[in-house]
Amino acid sequence: MADHGAAEQSAQSIPALLARNVERFGSRPAYREKEFGIWQSWTWAEAADEIRAMAMGFLSLGVERGDHIAIIGRNRPAHYWAMVAAQMCGAVPVPLYQDAVAEEMAYVLEHCGARFVVCGDQEQVDKVVEVEDRIHHIQHVMYTDKRGMRKYDHSRMNALDDIIAEGKAGHFRYEGEIEKRVAELNYDSTCVMLYTSGTTGKPKGVVLSNRNIIETAKNSAAFDHLGPDEDVLAYLPMAWVGDFIFSIGQAMVAGFCVNCPESPETMMTDLREIGPTYFFAPPRIFETMLTNVMIRMEDAGDLKHGLFKHFMEYAKGTGEEFGMPRYRVKRSKPTLRRRFRWAYRFSMGIGFAFETMVENAVRLAIVRLRHPMEHRKYFKAKGPLLNIYPQPLRDYFNYRTGDVTIYAPLKNTLGLSRIRVAYTAGEAIGPEIFEFYRSLGINLKQLYGQTEASVFITQQPDGQVRADTVGVPSPGVEVKIAENGEVFYRSPGTFVEYYNNPESTASTKDAEGWVATGDAGFFEEGTGHLRIIDRAKDVGKMADGRLFAPKYVENKLKFYPNILEAVVFGADRDRCTAFINIDLTAVGNWAERNNIAYASYQELAGHPRVYEMIREHINEVNASVAQDPMLSGCQIHRFLVLHKELDADDGEMTRTRKVRRNVIAEKFADLIGALYDGSTSIYTETEVTYEDGRKGAIKATLRIEDATVAPEAHAHREAAE
Amino acid sequence: MKDMVEGYTTPDGRQIGGVLMELKNITLRFGGVVAIKDISFDIREGEIRAIIGPNGAGKSSMLNVISGFYVPTEGEVWFHGQKRPAMRPYQVARLGIARTFQNIALFDGMSVLDNIMTGRLTLMKSGLLSQAMWWGSAAAEENEHREKVEKIIDFLEIQNIRKTPVGRLPYGLKKRVELARALAAEPKILLLDEPMAGMNVEEKEDMCRFILDVNDEFGTTTVLIEHDMGVVMDLSDRVVVMDYGRKIGDGPPDEVRNNQDVIDAYLGVAHD
Repeated sequence: MADHGAAEQSAQSIPALLARNVERFGSRPAYREKEFGIWQSWTWAEAADEIRAMAMGFLSLGVERGDHIAIIGRNRPAHYWAMVAAQMCGAVPVPLYQDAVAEEMAYVLEHCGARFVVCGDQEQVDKVVEVEDRIHHIQHVMYTDKRGMRKYDHSRMNALDDIIAEGKAGHFRYEGEIEKRVAELNYDSTCVMLYTSGTTGKPKGVVLSNRNIIETAKNSAAFDHLGPDEDVLAYLPMAWVGDFIFSIGQAMVAGFCVNCPESPETMMTDLREIGPTYFFAPPRIFETMLTNVMIRMEDAGDLKHGLFKHFMEYAKGTGEEFGMPRYRVKRSKPTLRRRFRWAYRFSMGIGFAFETMVENAVRLAIVRLRHPMEHRKYFKAKGPLLNIYPQPLRDYFNYRTGDVTIYAPLKNTLGLSRIRVAYTAGEAIGPEIFEFYRSLGINLKQLYGQTEASVFITQQPDGQVRADTVGVPSPGVEVKIAENGEVFYRSPGTFVEYYNNPESTASTKDAEGWVATGDAGFFEEGTGHLRIIDRAKDVGKMADGRLFAPKYVENKLKFYPNILEAVVFGADRDRCTAFINIDLTAVGNWAERNNIAYASYQELAGHPRVYEMIREHINEVNASVAQDPMLSGCQIHRFLVLHKELDADDGEMTRTRKVRRNVIAEKFADLIGALYDGSTSIYTETEVTYEDGRKGAIKATLRIEDATVAPEAHAHREAAE
Repeated sequence: MKDMVEGYTTPDGRQIGGVLMELKNITLRFGGVVAIKDISFDIREGEIRAIIGPNGAGKSSMLNVISGFYVPTEGEVWFHGQKRPAMRPYQVARLGIARTFQNIALFDGMSVLDNIMTGRLTLMKSGLLSQAMWWGSAAAEENEHREKVEKIIDFLEIQNIRKTPVGRLPYGLKKRVELARALAAEPKILLLDEPMAGMNVEEKEDMCRFILDVNDEFGTTTVLIEHDMGVVMDLSDRVVVMDYGRKIGDGPPDEVRNNQDVIDAYLGVAHD
């Protein structure tokens, strides 16, 4: 261990960690990618060779220290390698969102001054070429996928493969230079630059140093006992800090394998095939999975449906206790003691199965005696007849029975069988959804983080997991709450600066290193868990001075599978109103089952019965909001169902799918007006942007309906005071 | 015969080779009905050749003549500089001519992968028995074919439906699977019968891109029938225009577009 410790100290950059991993895990798989229907894999040694060759290829193109290399593409080993190779050359990798339209891309490329761009495929190259006249620094474009690229002008363009070949050919020439540049890297050199999605205004380039990434990765890997045996599926946008931490930071530190799906569409199949042990997904993915399961269960046969219902109900209380995977230190050979334990459990299991059968047979016999004709109707298992086993043991075996019949097959179908640690973050997750996965025995936890913090601010330790908190401060992170409720943090992962933007840096990070998150929250008494209410600047006052926290209500609404997105208005107004976006999958399926015909999203959204359903949801939310003494003013009085989905291409959401309130307030000003002036319908025209950048318009007449407002529990109390 | 060696260069810089197939004075009669009346044209190596014309002009019949499904009543088909005798369709397929159909002809119950594998039937060497027993060279051979098929799946971006039964796919994707199957046969001439019929704009654009990419990547000679004039004019290198079984125009898209006969045929002029 002593020499490992020394290596640990010296590994102050990603390339150094890579070298360490080659030494330590040389022949273990480091990267896998499914291509041509087969999982191709690279060991650490092979990957390191490729990365080295790529770095030398970069040198042959003339990459200098401090250059920025933009990387635009889907998750592929080659792109991860390009990021590490860039660091080897002393350059800074800048991953960009691949679904960004050319305009957004142009801004970022110009702002970071990238001289080199690595594109995934023709589509991305096209975008770069399209905006080339507006960006001044680009010298060379590289692409991974050669398809369709033959006809392009290759004077300033190359396939990445050719660059690697070039690097291999120039091996002797560049070897020394690479060694020198890698040796120059230390904890303070820049590791990566990531652009924030920009909920407000232009995206900002967050500079993260090696210290930020490596320290954070080490701490978080130790927190969840991540080791070289983990498998992760890299499917989240490469430009997002989370993917960088999971697929590069933690993967390098812990030495685990990064698996890249074949294409974004095959993600679910690939998830099943890989069966990751460590998994991150935004709540949306978990919601979609659950919705799909529920829809398919609706169509399942009676037996399956019944079993599913019974055991899912049962798992709700017991999953936490019996289902969770436990972290165990690996032991090489089973000891005699453990063999005995297995034998004991096995015989107990058989005994339990036998007892259950006997029990049911006895019960059925009794019921048959009493009701010979219609005994089926009366045959219900309620409570044990024979109490041979104590209750906790019965629960355990019941859960195991459920595991064999429902939970394990279901987890297998979802590709979550091997999950040891799963995280969700970014948005609040619905308590039912959260509970569903937890009760299946999937260790789904929440974390709270930011690009500026290299992800981790707080996270939930095993065994202290709840839907409504985001956990305790991560190791090495200090968190404090300002007077106005805003959350501040300071950690080794705190970003260095915003690139070329000292004003923003100064306004976000103070001299002592405290960073404002922009979120309002509080620590729960007793448990020490942090709870986040809303964006600090979105938390406002209503006209009568009551607290207005739109996100709080929106999240409650979004927990209904039929509601995809909700936007609540009410700051400085006397009452709250809302826009609702229906979820086409869920509502479409519901419509099918209820024989409601529709031709388009717009028609379905405007259907009276859909309105009826949404109103019921809102009424329920109102009732629950009314219970909260602080936020009871946020009940929704009037609402409308939008005729189009809120979309990042139209600027209504960020690329990470967060609602942009100002844009929506401006764009749909007429609709908001109608919500408050009492009209029952409004005609509107909305401009939409298609994926290829063309624009069109949607015309619609929207109905506005009233919701029922529940009486506020505390209003009387105030009056009484 | 000097046409055989001479080629031409397309406006976008592709080099088109010599004549691959030549149709000489083709006439096709069904009883008293004359479907094709004395038509001659050639197909050159590496080009995208379109056949257009109003409904009932005899386009599909022409394609069937090329594919060998119909034997012309009069006239000759020259392929690779040799006169092609009357053949059964499977023999023609072995010569390297693959096609897609106007109304999709896939095996609905089979997966996309299996459907595409059937395209390689003519290239398989091992016999029925050894394939059924999965014995001898059959296993190795299938791996080889599977690899080729996977390349095509990757090329046409249908990885996510690899294992889906074709019957469950939407129309646009079925068309793409059909193209994949035709490509799997590694054809010298690819015949596409209305590849874009009934598609929406986005699917059409995708299909256009694939046809161009196929031509670019594999250098496959493509003959296509299409109604959408915009598509035809963008895609093809040379166009044959048919009307009432006769050829009324032949040449590059720009030339054809300005041909008075073609304009008449499409806009409708009283025929004598």
